[in-house]
Amino acid sequence: MSTQPPIVLSESSDPLALPRRVALVRPDLRPAVRQLEERWLMTFPHLIVREVILFQIVLIALGLAAIFFDAPLQGIANPLETPNPAKAPWYFLGLQELLHYFPPVVAGVLMPALVVIALVVIPYARVNLTAGPLWASHPRRKAIGIGVVTVLLVALFSAFACWPIVVPTLFVAAAIFAARKGAAGGRLRRRLARVTLPEWIMTWFVVIATILTIIGTFFRGPGWSLVWPADAAVFG
Amino acid sequence: MSDISMKPLLLRLRDSAVYRSIVRHGVTDTNLNRSLIIFENVFLHVHPVKVRERTLRFTHTYWLGGITTACALVLTMTGVLLMFYYHPSVPQAYKDMKELNFVVEDGAFLRNLHRWAAQLMVFSAFLHMLRVFYHRAFRPPRQFNWVVGIVLLLVTLLLSYTGYLLPWDQLAFWGVSVGTNMAKEAPLVGEQVRFLLLGGHVVSENALLRFYVLHCVLLPVALLIFLSVHIWRVRKDGGVQGPSEELESPESGEVL
Repeated sequence: MSTQPPIVLSESSDPLALPRRVALVRPDLRPAVRQLEERWLMTFPHLIVREVILFQIVLIALGLAAIFFDAPLQGIANPLETPNPAKAPWYFLGLQELLHYFPPVVAGVLMPALVVIALVVIPYARVNLTAGPLWASHPRRKAIGIGVVTVLLVALFSAFACWPIVVPTLFVAAAIFAARKGAAGGRLRRRLARVTLPEWIMTWFVVIATILTIIGTFFRGPGWSLVWPADAAVFG
Repeated sequence: MSDISMKPLLLRLRDSAVYRSIVRHGVTDTNLNRSLIIFENVFLHVHPVKVRERTLRFTHTYWLGGITTACALVLTMTGVLLMFYYHPSVPQAYKDMKELNFVVEDGAFLRNLHRWAAQLMVFSAFLHMLRVFYHRAFRPPRQFNWVVGIVLLLVTLLLSYTGYLLPWDQLAFWGVSVGTNMAKEAPLVGEQVRFLLLGGHVVSENALLRFYVLHCVLLPVALLIFLSVHIWRVRKDGGVQGPSEELESPESGEVL
């Protein structure tokens, strides 16, 4: 191109802006503007064919699983004969594991309700939209804040002897502080240094949910006692 | 059948007045016809006519929403077939499981397929949610579609949970008993909600019928409605969003 256009249309990256966002940028003043030229493809056949192939892959994988692994079926339901332990489906075993540490109203109602509410409000909480790398600003204030919150969480869950939450909380806090001066470190620490606060919180939640579900599924036997997977009542 | 005789026949069929009255787009491979295939079709028009090339990359979405939808399709098909053999009554429900496993042709395969597809659907829906979060794809204009997605996740969990009771074996009975006992603990409304759900104070034949209706009618309809909105809004919001730009090139992310 010999002559530059006087203005370039570009997308704003402000996450709070409205969807149809247009910014007028003078290229002579802002040379770093990226060109947002992209290659577009026709949905048919490019996307549709991929969707069909994806469906076939899923169907074949499930078909193989259905050939080699049988769905569980126990004896007919008997209200008089309680199995020990009686387990919910695997995706609820994290909750059932919580029931071991907390009163039912906390584990069965309060905590799941909080999780659902927290998930729903994610896109409406300003912090989730604007958050930059955690340590990029106010590092001192944030260090104190995160330290205090960690101590409070650890104290709270220790009071209920809920170690499957306490231990991951300490690990995640350690990772957060390891990321503090991470920008100057190796690849992994540089990556950690870019993680935002909402992402740390989500990671914390996912790690705990996974650990609780694994313990509930594979390490709980009669009377909800700790056992090895071989002795745990693992159901499909 | 040789290829030579088939091709003109198919072509003539596709040019016939009847075929053209059903399928309105032409047969030639032009971009106009490729567009018409999408927006003249009530099912395909949840998609845009064109998509960005990079949105088709594997790492853009890991196809997790697609896997979840594929599971939903498999579950609908196998589920309808299973309904032909199932009576939501005690003890016939359990006997039907035995019939499926030992009498019905490929009955065990059908039931296995339904079971494993259900497990995969819960798992992939959860992974899909995490993918969207870490790619920051919930940001405007996609806020509400994130909420629709959470509703879909809950509907998926409820579908799986209501289906869990239907075999009426010990696993089903006690799994559901444990879960509904938790619901009882909710302040004020817990007891009533549980009664409404079970049609009684314990898991019984009434509960089986209610779970059956929820599993086969109400929840699938809810899933269909919310899933349609979900995919439609993906199109309206400019297609699937993969890793946000500051994630893809963090160094040059702050140019604007």
